[in-house]
Amino acid sequence: MDYVKAFVIGGAICAVVQIFMDKTKLMPGRIMVLLVGLGAILGAIGVYEPFSKWAGAGATVPLVGFGFTLFNGVKKAIVSDGFIGVFMGGFTSAAVGVSAALIFGYIASLIFNSKMKE
Amino acid sequence: MQENSKNEQNTNSKPTMKDVLNQTDPNTRQQVYNQYVKDITPTHNWFANVCKAFLIGGIICTIGQGLLNLYKAMGFNEEVAALYNIVTLVGLSALFTGLGWYGKWAKFGGAGTLVPITGFANSVAAPAIEFKKEGQVFGIGCKIFNIAGPVILYGILISWVLGVIYYILLRLGIV
Repeated sequence: MDYVKAFVIGGAICAVVQIFMDKTKLMPGRIMVLLVGLGAILGAIGVYEPFSKWAGAGATVPLVGFGFTLFNGVKKAIVSDGFIGVFMGGFTSAAVGVSAALIFGYIASLIFNSKMKE
Repeated sequence: MQENSKNEQNTNSKPTMKDVLNQTDPNTRQQVYNQYVKDITPTHNWFANVCKAFLIGGIICTIGQGLLNLYKAMGFNEEVAALYNIVTLVGLSALFTGLGWYGKWAKFGGAGTLVPITGFANSVAAPAIEFKKEGQVFGIGCKIFNIAGPVILYGILISWVLGVIYYILLRLGIV
Protein backbone atom coordinates (compact mmCIF):
# COMPACT_ATOMS: atom_id res chain seq x y z
CA MET A 1 0.00 0.00 0.00
CA ASP A 2 2.79 2.45 0.84
CA TYR A 3 4.29 1.73 -2.61
CA VAL A 4 1.04 2.71 -4.29
CA LYS A 5 0.87 5.88 -2.21
CA ALA A 6 4.50 6.77 -2.98
CA PHE A 7 3.93 6.18 -6.70
CA VAL A 8 0.68 8.12 -6.93
CA ILE A 9 1.65 11.06 -4.68
CA GLY A 10 5.19 11.38 -6.06
CA GLY A 11 3.91 11.04 -9.60
CA ALA A 12 1.15 13.59 -9.00
CA ILE A 13 3.61 16.19 -7.65
CA CYS A 14 5.80 15.69 -10.74
CA ALA A 15 2.76 15.91 -13.03
CA VAL A 16 1.63 19.21 -11.48
CA VAL A 17 5.14 20.64 -11.86
CA GLN A 18 5.21 19.43 -15.48
CA ILE A 19 2.02 21.37 -16.23
CA PHE A 20 3.48 24.42 -14.48
CA MET A 21 6.70 24.09 -16.53
CA ASP A 22 4.85 23.75 -19.82
CA LYS A 23 2.74 26.81 -19.07
CA THR A 24 5.48 29.10 -17.73
CA LYS A 25 8.57 27.82 -19.63
CA LEU A 26 10.64 28.41 -16.49
CA MET A 27 14.17 26.97 -16.42
CA PRO A 28 14.81 23.85 -14.29
CA GLY A 29 17.00 25.81 -11.84
CA ARG A 30 14.17 28.22 -11.06
CA ILE A 31 11.71 25.35 -10.67
CA MET A 32 13.99 23.70 -8.11
CA VAL A 33 14.35 26.93 -6.13
CA LEU A 34 10.56 27.39 -6.17
CA LEU A 35 9.95 23.81 -5.03
CA VAL A 36 12.36 24.08 -2.11
CA GLY A 37 10.90 27.45 -1.09
CA LEU A 38 7.38 26.07 -1.35
CA GLY A 39 8.34 23.10 0.82
CA ALA A 40 9.75 25.40 3.52
CA ILE A 41 6.56 27.47 3.52
CA LEU A 42 4.28 24.42 3.60
CA GLY A 43 6.39 23.12 6.47
CA ALA A 44 6.09 26.40 8.35
CA ILE A 45 2.31 26.54 8.10
CA GLY A 46 2.19 22.97 9.36
CA VAL A 47 0.74 21.30 6.27
CA TYR A 48 3.67 19.21 5.10
CA GLU A 49 4.40 17.27 8.25
CA PRO A 50 1.11 15.34 8.40
CA PHE A 51 1.19 15.02 4.61
CA SER A 52 4.69 13.49 4.57
CA LYS A 53 3.78 11.12 7.42
CA TRP A 54 0.89 9.91 5.32
CA ALA A 55 2.50 9.88 1.86
CA GLY A 56 5.94 8.55 2.85
CA ALA A 57 8.57 8.66 0.11
CA GLY A 58 6.02 10.24 -2.24
CA ALA A 59 6.36 13.41 -0.15
CA THR A 60 9.97 13.19 1.04
CA VAL A 61 11.71 12.26 -2.24
CA PRO A 62 10.48 15.32 -4.23
CA LEU A 63 12.43 18.55 -3.61
CA VAL A 64 9.42 20.01 -1.82
CA GLY A 65 10.31 17.56 0.94
CA PHE A 66 13.84 18.99 0.99
CA GLY A 67 12.42 22.47 1.66
CA PHE A 68 10.24 21.02 4.40
CA THR A 69 13.32 19.38 5.94
CA LEU A 70 15.10 22.76 5.94
CA PHE A 71 12.36 24.48 7.90
CA ASN A 72 11.93 21.51 10.21
CA GLY A 73 15.65 21.70 11.03
CA VAL A 74 15.39 25.40 11.84
CA LYS A 75 12.36 24.76 14.03
CA LYS A 76 14.05 21.96 15.94
CA ALA A 77 17.19 24.05 16.48
CA ILE A 78 15.11 26.97 17.79
CA VAL A 79 13.35 24.71 20.25
CA SER A 80 16.61 23.23 21.53
CA ASP A 81 19.01 26.21 21.30
CA GLY A 82 16.89 29.36 21.14
CA PHE A 83 17.44 32.19 18.67
CA ILE A 84 20.83 30.97 17.42
CA GLY A 85 18.91 28.01 16.02
CA VAL A 86 17.72 30.08 13.05
CA PHE A 87 21.35 30.13 11.88
CA MET A 88 21.95 26.45 12.59
CA GLY A 89 19.01 24.30 11.72
CA GLY A 90 18.91 24.84 7.97
CA PHE A 91 22.39 23.55 7.26
CA THR A 92 22.12 20.84 9.88
CA SER A 93 19.05 19.36 8.29
CA ALA A 94 20.32 19.84 4.72
CA ALA A 95 23.75 18.42 5.59
CA VAL A 96 23.21 14.83 4.47
CA GLY A 97 21.50 15.59 1.16
CA VAL A 98 23.85 18.39 0.15
CA SER A 99 27.02 16.59 1.28
CA ALA A 100 25.99 13.43 -0.55
CA ALA A 101 25.24 15.39 -3.72
CA LEU A 102 28.57 17.26 -3.60
CA ILE A 103 30.69 14.23 -2.71
CA PHE A 104 29.07 11.83 -5.17
CA GLY A 105 28.96 14.58 -7.81
CA TYR A 106 32.67 15.15 -7.35
CA ILE A 107 33.48 11.44 -7.47
CA ALA A 108 31.38 11.12 -10.63
CA SER A 109 33.42 13.93 -12.20
CA LEU A 110 36.62 11.99 -11.45
CA ILE A 111 35.34 8.75 -12.95
CA PHE A 112 33.35 9.93 -15.94
CA ASN A 113 34.13 12.18 -18.85
CA SER A 114 31.70 14.47 -20.62
CA LYS A 115 29.94 12.68 -23.46
CA MET A 116 29.34 15.90 -25.33
CA LYS A 117 31.80 15.17 -28.14
CA GLU A 118 30.48 11.77 -29.18
CA MET B 1 -21.25 20.43 -32.18
CA GLN B 2 -17.90 20.84 -30.55
CA GLU B 3 -16.39 18.15 -32.71
CA ASN B 4 -17.63 19.91 -35.78
CA SER B 5 -15.90 23.15 -34.96
CA LYS B 6 -12.76 21.21 -34.12
CA ASN B 7 -12.76 19.54 -37.53
CA GLU B 8 -13.29 22.83 -39.22
CA GLN B 9 -10.35 24.33 -37.39
CA ASN B 10 -8.19 21.39 -38.38
CA THR B 11 -8.88 21.70 -42.07
CA ASN B 12 -8.45 25.47 -41.94
CA SER B 13 -5.23 25.50 -39.98
CA LYS B 14 -2.98 23.36 -42.15
CA PRO B 15 -1.65 25.59 -44.88
CA THR B 16 1.22 24.23 -46.93
CA MET B 17 4.14 26.22 -48.28
CA LYS B 18 2.30 26.26 -51.61
CA ASP B 19 -0.69 27.98 -50.00
CA VAL B 20 1.67 30.58 -48.59
CA LEU B 21 3.27 31.28 -51.96
CA ASN B 22 -0.12 31.42 -53.66
CA GLN B 23 -1.25 34.28 -51.47
CA THR B 24 -0.90 37.56 -53.31
CA ASP B 25 -1.97 39.93 -50.57
CA PRO B 26 1.10 40.48 -48.31
CA ASN B 27 -0.99 40.67 -45.16
CA THR B 28 -2.84 37.44 -45.78
CA ARG B 29 0.38 35.80 -46.87
CA GLN B 30 2.01 36.82 -43.61
CA GLN B 31 -0.92 35.36 -41.71
CA VAL B 32 -0.89 32.09 -43.61
CA TYR B 33 2.89 31.90 -43.27
CA ASN B 34 2.68 32.39 -39.50
CA GLN B 35 0.10 29.64 -39.33
CA TYR B 36 2.37 27.41 -41.41
CA VAL B 37 5.32 28.04 -39.08
CA LYS B 38 3.10 27.34 -36.10
CA ASP B 39 1.97 24.06 -37.62
CA ILE B 40 5.39 22.68 -38.44
CA THR B 41 7.00 23.77 -35.15
CA PRO B 42 6.99 20.61 -33.04
CA THR B 43 4.54 21.22 -30.24
CA HIS B 44 4.96 19.20 -27.12
CA ASN B 45 1.84 17.35 -26.33
CA TRP B 46 1.23 18.59 -22.79
CA PHE B 47 -0.94 15.65 -21.82
CA ALA B 48 1.70 13.12 -22.90
CA ASN B 49 4.33 15.15 -21.03
CA VAL B 50 2.25 15.09 -17.87
CA CYS B 51 1.74 11.33 -18.12
CA LYS B 52 5.47 10.75 -18.62
CA ALA B 53 6.33 13.02 -15.69
CA PHE B 54 3.81 11.15 -13.54
CA LEU B 55 5.23 7.78 -14.53
CA ILE B 56 8.93 8.59 -14.08
CA GLY B 57 8.40 10.67 -10.92
CA GLY B 58 6.20 7.94 -9.52
CA ILE B 59 8.80 5.26 -10.25
CA ILE B 60 11.59 7.26 -8.57
CA CYS B 61 9.44 7.85 -5.46
CA THR B 62 8.48 4.16 -5.39
CA ILE B 63 12.17 3.19 -5.48
CA GLY B 64 12.66 5.67 -2.61
CA GLN B 65 9.86 3.98 -0.67
CA GLY B 66 11.46 0.59 -1.29
CA LEU B 67 14.82 1.83 0.02
CA LEU B 68 13.11 3.46 3.00
CA ASN B 69 11.39 0.19 3.90
CA LEU B 70 14.66 -1.68 3.41
CA TYR B 71 16.58 0.61 5.78
CA LYS B 72 13.78 0.46 8.33
CA ALA B 73 13.89 -3.34 8.12
CA MET B 74 17.63 -3.13 8.78
CA GLY B 75 16.79 -1.55 12.12
CA PHE B 76 17.36 2.17 11.51
CA ASN B 77 14.81 4.53 13.02
CA GLU B 78 12.51 6.54 10.76
CA GLU B 79 14.75 9.61 10.61
CA VAL B 80 18.04 7.80 9.90
CA ALA B 81 16.36 5.51 7.37
CA ALA B 82 15.08 8.60 5.53
CA LEU B 83 18.61 10.04 5.47
CA TYR B 84 20.13 6.81 4.12
CA ASN B 85 17.36 6.78 1.55
CA ILE B 86 18.39 10.29 0.39
CA VAL B 87 22.09 9.30 0.32
CA THR B 88 21.33 6.22 -1.78
CA LEU B 89 19.10 8.05 -4.26
CA VAL B 90 21.64 10.87 -4.61
CA GLY B 91 24.48 8.35 -5.12
CA LEU B 92 22.53 6.40 -7.74
CA SER B 93 21.62 9.64 -9.50
CA ALA B 94 25.29 10.73 -9.63
CA LEU B 95 26.22 7.31 -11.04
CA PHE B 96 23.53 7.36 -13.72
CA THR B 97 24.36 10.97 -14.55
CA GLY B 98 27.97 9.93 -15.13
CA LEU B 99 26.90 7.04 -17.34
CA GLY B 100 24.81 9.49 -19.35
CA TRP B 101 21.56 7.67 -18.59
CA TYR B 102 19.94 10.26 -16.37
CA GLY B 103 20.06 12.83 -19.15
CA LYS B 104 18.25 10.41 -21.45
CA TRP B 105 15.58 9.71 -18.85
CA ALA B 106 15.23 13.46 -18.28
CA LYS B 107 14.42 13.98 -21.97
CA PHE B 108 11.59 11.51 -21.58
CA GLY B 109 10.44 12.22 -18.04
CA GLY B 110 10.72 16.03 -17.86
CA ALA B 111 9.60 17.16 -14.43
CA GLY B 112 9.49 13.50 -13.37
CA THR B 113 13.29 13.48 -13.24
CA LEU B 114 13.65 17.10 -12.11
CA VAL B 115 11.40 17.23 -9.08
CA PRO B 116 12.75 14.27 -7.04
CA ILE B 117 15.97 14.72 -5.04
CA THR B 118 17.71 12.75 -7.83
CA GLY B 119 17.16 15.79 -10.06
CA PHE B 120 19.06 17.91 -7.57
CA ALA B 121 21.90 15.36 -7.50
CA ASN B 122 21.89 15.35 -11.31
CA SER B 123 22.17 19.15 -11.35
CA VAL B 124 25.26 18.84 -9.14
CA ALA B 125 26.99 15.94 -10.91
CA ALA B 126 26.28 16.95 -14.52
CA PRO B 127 28.11 20.33 -14.52
CA ALA B 128 30.94 18.85 -12.43
CA ILE B 129 31.53 16.26 -15.16
CA GLU B 130 30.98 18.69 -17.99
CA PHE B 131 33.35 21.41 -16.73
CA LYS B 132 36.04 19.04 -15.47
CA LYS B 133 38.39 20.21 -18.22
CA GLU B 134 38.34 23.78 -16.88
CA GLY B 135 40.14 22.67 -13.75
CA GLN B 136 39.57 21.58 -10.19
CA VAL B 137 38.74 25.03 -8.80
CA PHE B 138 37.14 27.07 -11.55
CA GLY B 139 35.82 24.07 -13.43
CA ILE B 140 34.45 21.51 -11.02
CA GLY B 141 34.61 23.70 -7.91
CA CYS B 142 32.55 26.56 -9.28
CA LYS B 143 30.29 24.80 -11.73
CA ILE B 144 29.21 22.11 -9.26
CA PHE B 145 27.17 24.89 -7.58
CA ASN B 146 25.57 26.13 -10.81
CA ILE B 147 22.10 25.02 -9.75
CA ALA B 148 22.83 23.68 -6.28
CA GLY B 149 24.05 27.18 -5.27
CA PRO B 150 20.75 29.00 -5.85
CA VAL B 151 18.80 26.08 -4.38
CA ILE B 152 20.90 26.11 -1.19
CA LEU B 153 20.96 29.92 -0.95
CA TYR B 154 17.22 30.42 -1.27
CA GLY B 155 16.40 27.31 0.73
CA ILE B 156 18.53 28.55 3.65
CA LEU B 157 17.27 32.13 3.27
CA ILE B 158 13.57 31.22 3.19
CA SER B 159 13.88 28.79 6.08
CA TRP B 160 15.80 31.48 8.03
CA VAL B 161 13.04 34.06 7.47
CA LEU B 162 10.38 31.53 8.45
CA GLY B 163 12.50 30.51 11.43
CA VAL B 164 12.72 34.11 12.66
CA ILE B 165 8.93 34.43 12.35
CA TYR B 166 8.51 31.13 14.18
CA TYR B 167 10.87 32.30 16.94
CA ILE B 168 8.91 35.54 17.42
CA LEU B 169 5.59 33.70 17.51
CA LEU B 170 7.10 31.22 19.96
CA ARG B 171 8.26 34.01 22.29
CA LEU B 172 4.87 35.69 22.07
CA GLY B 173 3.30 32.41 23.06
CA ILE B 174 1.23 32.14 19.89
CA VAL B 175 2.58 28.79 18.72
